[in-house]
Amino acid sequence: MTPRAKIISARILQAIPVVIGVVVITFLLTRSLPGDPAVYFAGDAADAESIQEVRQALGLDKPLPQQFFIYVADLVKGDWGNSLSTGQPVLSDLARRLPASLELTLLALFLSCLIAIPLGVLAAVKPGSWRDHLCRVVVTAGVSLPTFFTGILLIYIFYYVLDIAPSPLGRLGFLYIEPDPVTGFYLIDTALTQDWETFMGAAKQLILPACTMAIFTLAPIARMTRAAMLQALSSDFIRTARAAGLSQRKVLIGYALRNALLPVVTTLGMVFSFALGANVLVEKVFAWPGIGSYAVDALVASDYAAVQGFVLAMALLFVALNLIIDLLYAVIDPRIGFEAS
Amino acid sequence: MLTIKDLHVQFDTRHGVVDAVRGVNLHLDRGETLGIVGESGSGKSVTAFSLLRILDSGGRITGGHIDYRGIDLSQVDNASMNDIRGREISMIFQNPRAALNPIRKVGHQIEDVLRHHAQATRYDARAKAVAALEEVQIKDAASRYHAYPFELSGGMCQRVVIALALACKPQLLIADEPTTGLDVTTQKTVMDLIQALAQDRNMGVVLITHDLGLAGTYCDQLVVMKDGEIVEQGAPQKLTKNAVHDYTRRLLAATPHRGKQLHELVVDGVEKPIPPAGDILLSVNAVTKTYAGKAGPVQALQGVSFDIQRGGCLGLVGESGSGKSTLSSIIARLQDATSGDVQFNGASLFNAPASKYAKDTRRSEIQMVFQDATDSLNPRQTAAQSIAEPLRHLTTMNRLERNDRVEQLAEDVGLPLALLSRLPHQLSGGQKARVGIARALAVQPKLLILDEPTAALDVSIQALILNLLADLRHRLNLTYLFVSHDLSVVQMLCDTVVVMRLGQVEEMGPTEQVLSQPQSDYTRQLLQAMPTPLFA
Repeated sequence: MTPRAKIISARILQAIPVVIGVVVITFLLTRSLPGDPAVYFAGDAADAESIQEVRQALGLDKPLPQQFFIYVADLVKGDWGNSLSTGQPVLSDLARRLPASLELTLLALFLSCLIAIPLGVLAAVKPGSWRDHLCRVVVTAGVSLPTFFTGILLIYIFYYVLDIAPSPLGRLGFLYIEPDPVTGFYLIDTALTQDWETFMGAAKQLILPACTMAIFTLAPIARMTRAAMLQALSSDFIRTARAAGLSQRKVLIGYALRNALLPVVTTLGMVFSFALGANVLVEKVFAWPGIGSYAVDALVASDYAAVQGFVLAMALLFVALNLIIDLLYAVIDPRIGFEAS
Repeated sequence: MLTIKDLHVQFDTRHGVVDAVRGVNLHLDRGETLGIVGESGSGKSVTAFSLLRILDSGGRITGGHIDYRGIDLSQVDNASMNDIRGREISMIFQNPRAALNPIRKVGHQIEDVLRHHAQATRYDARAKAVAALEEVQIKDAASRYHAYPFELSGGMCQRVVIALALACKPQLLIADEPTTGLDVTTQKTVMDLIQALAQDRNMGVVLITHDLGLAGTYCDQLVVMKDGEIVEQGAPQKLTKNAVHDYTRRLLAATPHRGKQLHELVVDGVEKPIPPAGDILLSVNAVTKTYAGKAGPVQALQGVSFDIQRGGCLGLVGESGSGKSTLSSIIARLQDATSGDVQFNGASLFNAPASKYAKDTRRSEIQMVFQDATDSLNPRQTAAQSIAEPLRHLTTMNRLERNDRVEQLAEDVGLPLALLSRLPHQLSGGQKARVGIARALAVQPKLLILDEPTAALDVSIQALILNLLADLRHRLNLTYLFVSHDLSVVQMLCDTVVVMRLGQVEEMGPTEQVLSQPQSDYTRQLLQAMPTPLFA
């Protein structure tokens, strides 16, 4: 095994204790939530005796360690409990809603990078120029407008005034049939079956909420790109490249930007995390059936299994995300891996 | 080939416009090597950068002509300038590791240049890049092609930078402090390489350096710059014999070389008496240190032994990786040795582990002066606070007593009292070095470990600091362990020398004896790399 492959597999192994920790914490967290789940499950008309029965049925009368092992065994079997409000197994609820949120967030981040990175690069090439000021104005405006406001504004302009966007009601207009779930991402699923009509329909629904999120996430990415580029451009090796007569394009993109990418990727990971959380407002405005609105509804309804499932799913997602970012580092920077050893 | 007439360069800074270069005239013929010598801030690098028009932002050429084979470089447009850079005129830099793109294979970086200047196609670029690496005498060039800069040594990186600069066969090479930060023996091989390549290709070379000894050895013509102006120029021999300008004389005096006395470094210097040698203060006994490395254990020290007498000064000489820094931090009790013993004042230092040593009563008896005066000072502390820091932790002095002590220390090291309230960035390099020395002296140590205290300083400042150290040693009856890679400095200050190599003592003895009758090949090699006394 090459040293690099060794380090990557070591990094994957390191994720295992984190996952175990996440499971323990989710378990303890939901046990310490206010309210007695047995009371909720028993219903309004229950007396003390029936509540006790429900408690026994749920296994809540057993000692905590024993409850934990039952919980873990159920998790492994794929039984994440049933949601009170939807009546469905939590796992299938999450499986349907998580891709909706991920599709929205990933597209939003993609759009955001498409604008923010060139903007940051332009700003760094000539700090203090009009481009730099433009960058500052755009990102400040983007981050200071709350997402629900931007969302409603975009709906007003593109749906109500210009009438070029479809009605902001979920992932697909009622004229379309949901594609068979393969990945759960409508754009990918329709592309797989080459159903381009539904693809366009899904894309149209997606574009406004994605833009709303993108505008909100511009600022950190553009600022980090600018700062990292400024630092990279003042490095000695950029001077060497310029003294060797390399073209401006090669110096900027091939040399400076690749070196500046590391902090940008770090920021992207952080932005992705908070975007998934901040999604709730966008999901509410666009009636998006995502995981954020699901979690809020579950929390309001004290839907104990759903909340527990949500927290666990998000935690696992972040563990995976951090793993991917660490692996990306190793791809970008050959020095990583050697320093770790 | 190159004529510079009345060049002016200005920089816009926060404090207004600064004239970095003020009316410089230079002339260089094909095959000739021109040395531009000056200290930091003299405008020598700015002159070189303006040749290639790669000044930092805020800098611009405000007057004069740069005539290169009939082209005025100050006037041509950017596109033609890009064709000239790397193909006609190339440049190599100081700090070679930073001068290379850290995340790109060195072979690819050379290919970038070759292909940009249409000197290679996609199909033969690789072969040509390997050939370029071979030309700078890199062994096993085909596999080095795949190396990243962090996998190569400093000297190897500088060879790669040279290969990159010379890949397109330029007519003029500008070398900006090409050997600063490299070991003395590496310095010699790199400079010999540049000289040989220049002769082979009949190439013009501009060598920019602060080291008059180096410039004198390798240049046909010398130019001395100060404050953006040329103060003196001529052939090395002539210039050094008949220096007219005060500054040139001061620079000449401050340049150390074999056989020079410490007090000769400064104008009107007075010889400092050497304290009489006493009993043995520090005794290092078979100290070893083994680190766990990724490819098995690394033996940084393999049984090192020597003694220092009270009032003596021992020079610990070696190149990077020789273990001299590891050893000095073990003696300073910043880390533990794997085995062996260090006796100080008759008792073992190793009876308390390094991690607990900060609270040890003997902490104040051994103090250290660090290499980089800038990095070793807290940027948020004034000079007075920095000097008072050890007093606050190791003594029971109150604030008034501490203030008195700080002022007395400032006087001892020649730091004007008015500077005590300044932050490090408001002090010059020499002043920061004085603060570092005062801080080490604050708790009245018996032994001072000096870890290359002058390596980052200009020669004229180095001359003053070395004389200060000699003076303090006599006045305060101090014992020095002077760590350095520079034998020409060590021979002036130290009475005993220990030459280290790969974690072992290569040779030791009285300085004069080691220098005049070196026993090991390695010491002879080090001596050869020392600049010769060009100028008497």
